[in-house]
Amino acid sequence: MLMDRRDRRPILLANARVMDPSRDLDFSGDVLIADGTIREAKRGIGAAGVPEGTEVVECRGLIVAPGLIDIRAFIGEPGAEGRESIASASQAAAAGGVTTIVCQPETEPAIDDPTIVDFIQRRARDTGIVRVYAMAALTKGLKGAEMTEIGLLKAAGAVAFTDGMRSVTNAQVLRRALIYARDFDALIVHHTEDPDLTGEGVMNEGEFASRLGLIGVPKIAETIMLERDMRLVALTDGRYHAASITCPESLEVLRRAKDAGLHVTGSASINHLALNEIDVGHYRTFFKMSPPLRNEDDRKALVAAVEEGLIDVVMSDHNPQDVEVKRLPFAEAAAGAIGIETMLPAGLRLVHNGELKLMTMLKALTTRPAELLGLPGGSLRPGAPADVVVIDPDVPWLLDPHELKSKCRNTPFDEARMQGRAVRTIVDGRTVYEYV
Amino acid sequence: MNIAHKSSFVLSSRHLLGIEGLSRDDIVGLLDLAEEFVELNRQIEKKTASLRGRTLINMFFEASTRTQASFELAGKRLGADVMNMSVSSSSIRKGETLSDTAVTLNAMHPDLIVMRHHASGAVELLAQKVDCSVINAGDGQHEHPTQALLDALTIRRRKGPIENLTIAICGDILHSRVARSNIILLQTLGARVRVVAPSTLLPAGIERFGVEVTRDMREGLAGADIVMMLRLQRERMNGSFVPSTQEYFAYFGLDQKKLAFAKPDAMVMHPGPMNRGVEIDSIVADGAQSLIREQVEMGVAVRMAVLEALSRNLPNA
Repeated sequence: MLMDRRDRRPILLANARVMDPSRDLDFSGDVLIADGTIREAKRGIGAAGVPEGTEVVECRGLIVAPGLIDIRAFIGEPGAEGRESIASASQAAAAGGVTTIVCQPETEPAIDDPTIVDFIQRRARDTGIVRVYAMAALTKGLKGAEMTEIGLLKAAGAVAFTDGMRSVTNAQVLRRALIYARDFDALIVHHTEDPDLTGEGVMNEGEFASRLGLIGVPKIAETIMLERDMRLVALTDGRYHAASITCPESLEVLRRAKDAGLHVTGSASINHLALNEIDVGHYRTFFKMSPPLRNEDDRKALVAAVEEGLIDVVMSDHNPQDVEVKRLPFAEAAAGAIGIETMLPAGLRLVHNGELKLMTMLKALTTRPAELLGLPGGSLRPGAPADVVVIDPDVPWLLDPHELKSKCRNTPFDEARMQGRAVRTIVDGRTVYEYV
Repeated sequence: MNIAHKSSFVLSSRHLLGIEGLSRDDIVGLLDLAEEFVELNRQIEKKTASLRGRTLINMFFEASTRTQASFELAGKRLGADVMNMSVSSSSIRKGETLSDTAVTLNAMHPDLIVMRHHASGAVELLAQKVDCSVINAGDGQHEHPTQALLDALTIRRRKGPIENLTIAICGDILHSRVARSNIILLQTLGARVRVVAPSTLLPAGIERFGVEVTRDMREGLAGADIVMMLRLQRERMNGSFVPSTQEYFAYFGLDQKKLAFAKPDAMVMHPGPMNRGVEIDSIVADGAQSLIREQVEMGVAVRMAVLEALSRNLPNA
């Protein structure tokens, strides 16, 4: 349920389990929000008295954490608002405890010009209820050939540079972009997939794909591109983020690069952490993704890498697709799944299963993405922006796809039993979502 | 005479989408039923009335001569009304999705739909959208269950029980739905299955299918009772998966010399259509050890058995 956006009375989140991954703090206490910022987060604020008119929210049994920052969401505005608009995506985000969305440049036209960054910001201001930032295209028209105006785009507000779901196969183009971006301290985010090795592949290469008669996408398609990129990063000293890592072989490449002191970080999607190739079952296209869901050993390795901090960021890879492009034979169906609203509950599954510590998960969903992209939020430190999520870690609920806020229904968690979710989302000191 | 009365076998599922999921009893039941139709097909009067009033739609999104003809004949001999739809004349070309096609077909109240499609899983997708029984006549690189059944029937009639036979499946395993269905079926019936192919034509994880894997025809054919050759598509011959037809034939083409590695009474099979001189030499294909012609005959009988068995599950059967 949406609250009045103008309501910016002070809020006291009382008697909560307060978790601030930016300071590794985990304590029972209160959080006071006023004027769009975190005023205080400590024990006994309520007892000491709060400003008049403060809305006191009893949070016994609930967790208060920084709002989630989703650094990889594919939104259809401009160009495909029927799939997802900034407005609908931000509603979905709020319902999922996400207070900041970073949209990807694969729009129509692509975000490869400062005026489009400006357009996104204005649309976000006018229609969005959470913070919205844009990554800009790394190459013009996402064609992988000529670099975009990295300086001007960054000045306009682009938070990083990426060709979205496409890999820049031309090593010279990426090399120059890395060098040039360094002058502006700009971050390059790269989807690592060799298109020749992927070929016509549609799901993870292996026994399961073979049994289904589907062409496989080998892990080496990802790893070989990442390996190449690490050489280029070493050569150029650029700042690089691997957009979506899915397998232990790639994790080893990332580890070596980090150990060598390169400015390298990596993300994993919640889908690859919570699901595996077996979920594809008999050609279920809602589980068709790019990169594809891997096997259970790969999934476990990826979760362990998040726990260890080798994977810095967990993102949703939110990718709304119409039923018309999903209700097709598997090889012909579009890849992608919505996820912005289910990222937190899917992550809580891993916590409940004992695979991931709650603090680690929150760090990868809040503090790390904020640091990486230089965004406000990701912290409950006094003075930080009041982007906050209140989480009920235990409430059981059934995921009804028709209740999702996204315009598309392609969720892999269709009818899933969930435990825990965002029950209140606060952006800039205003409650933008409340679960009733 | 109504042959169907001889056997009361009923298939445990509404559709035949693949060999995977069929029990041993399902397979043996279908083969036994097919035996009865073999006899019928050799008589002058080949028709029965068990599918009278039923409508069978043959939908082929991929060109096929023998499978389509075989299903058509099977349906007609059982007394069904058979309608053939091929992709060139269907609205799929006009951008209609498979789901829409399914809804359209369903409105015509068919009792059975036989479908071939170039995408793995497409037949199953159709089956989810229609009310009638659906038979997979080949979906992408996934399964071709009636081919595996007719192969099993051919083998059984020649060699007796399939249990403990050694069967070598040779050639393009990677792209072959025939290989997948046969591997599952023959293993369910207790055969020892080998696959022989160059490494580029073996699917990932093949060793987990319970088969013996070899890249050498001598090793693969040693002691084999049956040598099953697969078709190599033209577009895969010229450097993408194998360097040339000449090289492929030299190492994997079945000629008399390689056939001599198998048991002296080994029989040769091929699902057709053959590329003579690529995966099989004409002398072998037309020779005394060839079962290829018989496979075609068994095809009609097996498809009659499948149609008959599925129709027994239809409403008002």
